[in-house]
Amino acid sequence: MLATRALSLVGERAISTSICVRGEHGVAKVDDYALPAYFDRRENPHPDVQFVTELSAVQKSLKEKEKGSWATLSNEEKIALYRISFKQSFAEMNEGTKEWKSVIAGMFFFIGMTGLVVLWQRKFVYGPVPPTFESEWKEKEVQRMLDMRINPVEGFSAKWDYENKEWKK
Amino acid sequence: MSLAKPAMRGLLGKRLRFHLPIAFALSLVAAAAFKYGVTEPRKQAYADFYKQYDTTKEFNNMRDAGVFESVRTTGE
Repeated sequence: MLATRALSLVGERAISTSICVRGEHGVAKVDDYALPAYFDRRENPHPDVQFVTELSAVQKSLKEKEKGSWATLSNEEKIALYRISFKQSFAEMNEGTKEWKSVIAGMFFFIGMTGLVVLWQRKFVYGPVPPTFESEWKEKEVQRMLDMRINPVEGFSAKWDYENKEWKK
Repeated sequence: MSLAKPAMRGLLGKRLRFHLPIAFALSLVAAAAFKYGVTEPRKQAYADFYKQYDTTKEFNNMRDAGVFESVRTTGE
């Protein structure tokens, strides 16, 4: 009790950044990261603390003026009050970055690397292709498909001219 | 400040009133395009094919080509 009263003479802010009395047993240091923090987020429009913590004399008098009628505040004073409470406006915090260029560059780079790996694989890893890929085999396959009349209405055999034994023009 | 107060309510309704008619119209257009670009020509193609289809002739041609397993080629 006595300690907190003594500390209140030092200043409000000083209490939160220095020490905190726990019961009557001693003090526990409260680190900065454990205290309410200020951050600019679109989904949290009113952060837990205001941005400027140590107010200058001008700002202090402005805060006093804010307690009166707001009609007497000029536009610059309103902006100054805003900037005391907030670091970036919504327009500023929502700006896009140029990060997409790095992303696209990275994408192309890794796709290129993968292409090189694939080329190496084709040369040094894979064995020969089956005999069914040879031209003569393929010719016999096509002839058999035409004999069987595969897709004769709109598809494969529809493009073959059976009278003249050639592909339709 | 001289900025106008932004719209605070009715945002979803406004979006739906704008986008839903467009979505419906585009869907109908897509369906009509597919019907008259794909299915109707396909039905016509099948009808024309089978109008001139001689079953026996085609069967004999296929038999001579040797693609059947249960029918021997002619002249065997």
